[in-house]
Amino acid sequence: MTLYNNEDRFISIEGIARRYPKAGGGETTIFDDLWFSMNRGEFSCIIGHSGCGKTTVLNILAGLELPDDGVAVVDGHAIEGPSLDRAVIFQSHALLPWRTVLGNVSFAISSKWPQWSADKVRDQAMRFIEKVGLKGSELKKPAELSGGMKQRVGIARALSIEPKILLMDEPFSALDALTRGTLQDEVRRICLETGQTAFMITHDVDEAIYLADRIVLMTNGPGAMVAEVVENPLPRHRGRIDLHKQPDYYALRNHLIDFLVTRSKSFKDEIPTDYSKRHPPIVRPTAALAPKADLSAA
Amino acid sequence: MSSNLTLRASVLSFVIFALFIAAWHIATRQTGSVAAMDPEYAKLMGLTATTGKSAMPGPFDVAAKIWEHLKNPFYDRGPNDKGLGIQLAFSIGRVMLGYCIAVCVAIPTGFVIGMSPLMSKALNPFIQVMKPISPLAWMPLALYTIKDSSISAIFVIFICSLWPMLINTAFGVAAVRKEWLNVARTLEVRPLRKAFTVILPAAAPTILTGMRISIGIAWLVIVAAEMLVGGTGIGYFVWNEWNNLSIVNVIISILVIGLVGMLLDQALARVARLVTYPD
Repeated sequence: MTLYNNEDRFISIEGIARRYPKAGGGETTIFDDLWFSMNRGEFSCIIGHSGCGKTTVLNILAGLELPDDGVAVVDGHAIEGPSLDRAVIFQSHALLPWRTVLGNVSFAISSKWPQWSADKVRDQAMRFIEKVGLKGSELKKPAELSGGMKQRVGIARALSIEPKILLMDEPFSALDALTRGTLQDEVRRICLETGQTAFMITHDVDEAIYLADRIVLMTNGPGAMVAEVVENPLPRHRGRIDLHKQPDYYALRNHLIDFLVTRSKSFKDEIPTDYSKRHPPIVRPTAALAPKADLSAA
Repeated sequence: MSSNLTLRASVLSFVIFALFIAAWHIATRQTGSVAAMDPEYAKLMGLTATTGKSAMPGPFDVAAKIWEHLKNPFYDRGPNDKGLGIQLAFSIGRVMLGYCIAVCVAIPTGFVIGMSPLMSKALNPFIQVMKPISPLAWMPLALYTIKDSSISAIFVIFICSLWPMLINTAFGVAAVRKEWLNVARTLEVRPLRKAFTVILPAAAPTILTGMRISIGIAWLVIVAAEMLVGGTGIGYFVWNEWNNLSIVNVIISILVIGLVGMLLDQALARVARLVTYPD
């Protein structure tokens, strides 16, 4: 089932390429002519093996890197550098260790709204510190917090500037499974509540299934491609507990794992004849419609 | 446990101090009449020859003299007889002036070098050549160009304090973590605000280490510089008392130089603790 979905392209990646000079001369192409788009209010994940350029895509969206070719467009404007409209949650949380929790969040807020009074900045910071469940710890320094709490501060800092897009680079990969689960719940709740557009890099298939509305599958680098964009067939209001009881859950999961295990390597050699880099196929694996995924899992 | 350790260490320190004083006292005590000699000759030679008294003063002589200095540290009886407090104030004043000018030059310059790989590469050969020069080697040049001995001493302090702060600032600024800079970039923090709210706090512990090294060197150098330029200061005092053959005053100066050096270092260590962040 392949369809092209062009409605309300909020973020549009249009033919971007990134190349690095090789040590012995020449260039390595991480990816080129990469196209995909995201809609407003959607949660997108990008999945692929290490070295396929996922982080590069995120850095380009963040404006920390510029593409060598092509352009990334957000809300009708080409990205030319970092912007307060796009907040990043870093994998390493990247908190400033000499500032308190409140200080870290306030730093972001006063960067976005320099004209705000100290009280207003503080109120806004406290609102988001409460939202991520850190009320009472606002005067602690990052060194006094656990890994999960530090990442909560990172989330509060990113959300506090009310960005148009939330960009996340494997934000939970350094956390233990229980903490990761709780934080996934929180991020999902906050994004649903506020209609936040979000883009996340992950290695974790279950994380992608739980959080994402769309999952972009990237083949292995160098020369990585968007193999397809998977639409999540599970209901938008899904719970962690009954996730695996959803009828389409295994079809989706098998499809993703099949991609990571085999197709991410082999896709390049057996590109479908109707494949177009500009319009990567949109796939919606369901129990009824994805016999291929079921077969490969058997 | 740790308070117990502190107590035992203090007791041990006191014992070592007491043993040192005792050994000093025994080594310099009067040993009584050495030999019968011509009274005229004995008068000429003084106590050293007649009673076996060492020319080196004992701990009680020094203690008595310290008490005398403490009672009246700020007297001024002409250019060659000033209180210890006045001499110290001159030295500390010179060190502070030269050091503060060095801070004002080294930290901004270090920032530029740390931020710009181009400046870092361009200035590196100069720094590498200038750094190992003994500060006193600058003295003749300073005296010739500045023509004022007191300002020359300040210049020498400036030049010797400069390098450790410059190098540490450049290193600290260049080593600020990429992720913190990326946070500043994604938040569109303006360059000046970034310098003060991200780079300066991140590099502060390294900068303070450089400042501590510098104040130590400055205090070492001021004594030697004042011996050369003369007039005032604790360095001049030491040399003047040596010319007066007042070993008691020389010993007291050594002690005071050590104490002041320690206080300067401790003061900066305290500041360093304030800006250090746990990671």
